[in-house]
Amino acid sequence: MSGPVTVYVPGDSSALSLGADATALAIAEAAAARKLDVRVVRNGSRGMYWLEPLVEVVTPEGRVAYGPVKAQDVASLFDAGFLAGGPHPLRHGVTDAMPWLAKQERLTFARVGVVDPLSLDDYRAHGGYRGLANALKMDSAAIVAAVTDSGLRGRGGAAFPTGIKWKTAAGAVADQKYVVCNADEGDSGTFSDRMQMEGDPYALIEGMTIAALAIGATIGYVYIRSEYPHAEATTREAIRRARDAGYLGPDVCGSGRAFELHVRRGAGAYICGEETSLLESLEGKRGMVRFKPPLPAIEGLFGKPTVINNVISFTSVPIILDRGAAFYRDYGMGRSRGTLPFQLAGNIRHGGLVEKAFGLTLRELLYDFGGGSASGRPLRAVQVGGPLGAYLPESQFDTPLDYEAFIGIGAMIGHGGVVAFDDTVDMAQMARYAMEFCALESCGKCTPCRIGSTRGAEVIDRIVANHERALNEVVLRDLCDTMVGGSLCALGGMTPFPVLSALNHFPEDFGLARPGTRAA
Amino acid sequence: MNPPQAAADATSAVQEATAVAGAIARHGREPGGLMPLLHDVQDSLGYVPPRALPTIAKAMNLSRAEVHGVVTFYPHFRQHAPGRHTVQICQAESCQAMGAVALTKHATAALGVDLHQTTADGAITLEPVYCLGNCACSPAVMIDGELHGRVDADAFDALVAQLRAEGVS
Repeated sequence: MSGPVTVYVPGDSSALSLGADATALAIAEAAAARKLDVRVVRNGSRGMYWLEPLVEVVTPEGRVAYGPVKAQDVASLFDAGFLAGGPHPLRHGVTDAMPWLAKQERLTFARVGVVDPLSLDDYRAHGGYRGLANALKMDSAAIVAAVTDSGLRGRGGAAFPTGIKWKTAAGAVADQKYVVCNADEGDSGTFSDRMQMEGDPYALIEGMTIAALAIGATIGYVYIRSEYPHAEATTREAIRRARDAGYLGPDVCGSGRAFELHVRRGAGAYICGEETSLLESLEGKRGMVRFKPPLPAIEGLFGKPTVINNVISFTSVPIILDRGAAFYRDYGMGRSRGTLPFQLAGNIRHGGLVEKAFGLTLRELLYDFGGGSASGRPLRAVQVGGPLGAYLPESQFDTPLDYEAFIGIGAMIGHGGVVAFDDTVDMAQMARYAMEFCALESCGKCTPCRIGSTRGAEVIDRIVANHERALNEVVLRDLCDTMVGGSLCALGGMTPFPVLSALNHFPEDFGLARPGTRAA
Repeated sequence: MNPPQAAADATSAVQEATAVAGAIARHGREPGGLMPLLHDVQDSLGYVPPRALPTIAKAMNLSRAEVHGVVTFYPHFRQHAPGRHTVQICQAESCQAMGAVALTKHATAALGVDLHQTTADGAITLEPVYCLGNCACSPAVMIDGELHGRVDADAFDALVAQLRAEGVS
């Protein structure tokens, strides 16, 4: 055997949070001490977070996984001959054959955890920039048609058809247009944007470049939350390298088309995940929500036509342009086409990233992939879609993950975050937290959100304290109705989802009777 | 004000002015450049000094009220120097599902401060944060920009002890 053995140790920030840097250092030191030729590559995460730091060794039979590997495990791995894929209690076999990964349909996340995130050679070797090459041969209308035909809907949570958004911006006449990426991934239980930026940043750059070609934009911004320093650093470096290689800049791939991409950092405001608030923030203002219309596609950043999409929406585009709209559309069910990278979080045994076509049930996700609760206790409630998503009881776990099916039960899939709670959860407190969070993060522009959220927390306190409980339940429902109908954006308009679902499915936690039984 | 205090204030005034001038030079002409400018200032000083707001406003052709509005709208920006280390504990749902409420209670008791406060020795500022994107490894804590996962009370105490030990050396 000649040449160094390649060992992958994730540089993903969740892996770092579990000691991946110390593991990588220990491997390099042990290899040096034993005079073994080892090349350590810092990849993204495969998304199996209960196994991080997950170390992979390139062997003739494929990449072999070991995990979780702490620094103190490294010596025994070398002793076991892990550089040749040797047996060890932490060995999981060939990574791609591990059931958790093998059962997935990774289109958007095909490269995450596989490639060296900043290597353009790796990116190209794994299908990168083929979509852009095709797009450069197409006119604006053809690119928009491909995205429309794919059935892709906004992955940030609103699920608006991406192609229609692009068509509107493409049709707008202006001296300047913009492409903006919403990487302000603030929903608890979500981390797919972060993983994508840290593990495969060129996919985002390629997707945004295709969008720029489609609508005729020459400037783009990636707005990344300040809580994601690693994602920001990786994205900035990837942009620098892509520009040096001619994929960005005044003459994209020699096409004569210009596209400059900039990174902007958020500053801890959840509301800036709302697209118009994000645009205000990009303009250097407070993140106050704008009235719509006008739509951002007509009057967006600095008053110019702007396509603003989530990270995963953009990173889904290259494969659509590479393999064709039909390829992508063939995944999924109903009007939910393609795949969604679901994120399993909270009290779950096997948390991480599961990319699957729409249509699997929540139960499959929670048990087949998630393995049930981390605590070993029964799962009692699951919040899907972030802090504005409904809490679902066990009786709704068989709902297929499909945008319309979720709307049908008063819930939403949103950005695909799934947060599990065991039976120790107090759902009245979770409902109160939803109101508190809304009060904390409200931009203050509209009254139902700004005042309603504070009053909502107070009313829940009164219900829990059994102060005119029945009367205050009516008040809470009425208040929620006002917030849903009268708020300017989804923050105030959807905070009632977690509140009412908690109230309806878990009334006993509020001291209220289940329908058909006597009050507690 | 005693002489050493006055000297320290003068030093920090010079540092502040230098940082603000640099940030204006780097971002003053960027479209919508106020946010990158404020980040630049806070990255170098650890905070955005209130006495710099008129300078920033003038450079950006904004009113002082507009700049004040932006600085105070965003939780990330602070107007006073934090402790030597900033410890953020995630308060969001996923971390709550894994004991973040109890962890926060433990942290405030162990450090003797509430959230948003700094320990008496100036070592640690404790802050809440709403999602660090480490939700599959809850509860999550961020210390000076570095992420930690599955942090229980013992792990928290060990991390704090490490910070305190660094502070002494």
